[in-house]
Amino acid sequence: MKIDSIVNGIVLDHIAAGNSLRIYKFLNLDDLECSVAVIRNCRSKKYGKKDVIKIDSIIDMNLDVLGYIDPNITVNIIRDGKIAEKKHLELPERLVNVIKCHNPRCITSIEQEVDHIFKLTDRENIIYRCAYCETKSDKEEIW
Amino acid sequence: MKHLMDINDLTLSQIDQLIATANDIIADKDKYKDVCKGKKLATLFFEPSTRTRLSFEAAMIELGGSILGFSEAQSSSAAKGESVTDTVQTVGCYADIIAMRHPKEGAPLAASKRTTVPIINAGDGGHSHPTQTLADILTIHREKGRLSNMTVGVCGDLKFGRTVHSLINALSRYQGNKYVCISPTELVIPDYVKANILEKNKIEYIETTDMEEYMPSLDILYMTRVQRERFFNEADYVRLKDSYILTPDKLKSAKPDLSIMHPLPRVNEISVKVDDDPRACYFKQVVNGKYMRMALILMLLGIEVK
Repeated sequence: MKIDSIVNGIVLDHIAAGNSLRIYKFLNLDDLECSVAVIRNCRSKKYGKKDVIKIDSIIDMNLDVLGYIDPNITVNIIRDGKIAEKKHLELPERLVNVIKCHNPRCITSIEQEVDHIFKLTDRENIIYRCAYCETKSDKEEIW
Repeated sequence: MKHLMDINDLTLSQIDQLIATANDIIADKDKYKDVCKGKKLATLFFEPSTRTRLSFEAAMIELGGSILGFSEAQSSSAAKGESVTDTVQTVGCYADIIAMRHPKEGAPLAASKRTTVPIINAGDGGHSHPTQTLADILTIHREKGRLSNMTVGVCGDLKFGRTVHSLINALSRYQGNKYVCISPTELVIPDYVKANILEKNKIEYIETTDMEEYMPSLDILYMTRVQRERFFNEADYVRLKDSYILTPDKLKSAKPDLSIMHPLPRVNEISVKVDDDPRACYFKQVVNGKYMRMALILMLLGIEVK
């Protein structure tokens, strides 16, 4: 399979195998006009298998979403065909409007304009809790 | 600290300061009678409450301040569909400090982001009720002379009882406290309280269904109500309900200096015959709650009384 190299764009590398389509969806990459390549199950020295996404344009990206879904992802910014910047993600301390609180007793269930804020309360077990009601996050609740 | 949303918003030294101020108010009420003259407390109660609202209002009146507000959502613009945050932002233009109760969890926190006046969480659904915990802490401090090295029995509905979770949370910050958690198996303490507070801080605790077995070891017995609607079937409720009713008989083996506490209102979980026992502290909690709220209002308004 041949995919053209990127001149100016972004490569999301070391995505856990199978996670690329979720990330494609959460970053709304289907709204982009430029070429986007989703490569699944590449060989990886580090993880055995990995997914990669190549975006043929430098776009603004919500790194908090990426860090939350998969903190092992590496974000490579490509300029003039070379890696100009390499960002290693980590679990964000705070997520704003990334996860939706599903607790019907939470104020966010009735107040339209209130930001949905989650805080990292347990780094080891990757547990985020709603800042308002302390309900545990559910990864399926991502906007 | 600008607002009080949760007991953990307070540092231990701030709790010490509140206890000291409350004790000073109790010792010399006259000294505090005009210190909030010209200040207004708004009590915004989007759901009914007797004790907490009146306690806040009495606290502000005894400090020489004034009160305004509403006691149910139907008598506010919420009935017209106004958002909570808009209501609070509006009231913030009239009042110097706001005590707010709302059935939705986190409502006071959401409101605090839209106003410059201090907001006190006076209860947000089943989530948090920090001023009840302050009342409990002052009561324990006055009864025991300490907040550490105690065996604390918590009894009843430990699953949904926010006052119990909050008290365990607060007392776990002091050295040497251990817990006896007495409840039906349906209403045991939630896993996150065990994991995030007890086990994380390596605090000793026992879970049991038997109140009488552990009675002799307790320094404090904090009772809560076992509600019929929490049970999956009526038979279990009928089988268990009397096990968690405190009677003079069950107190025979208790320490002579046990403190019997309850956040109130009670239904039948403490027999009225216990009320005359000198170890009963639950009405002292009500009084102490008012003094702690006075101390808190002063702290949040930045008023120092020499």
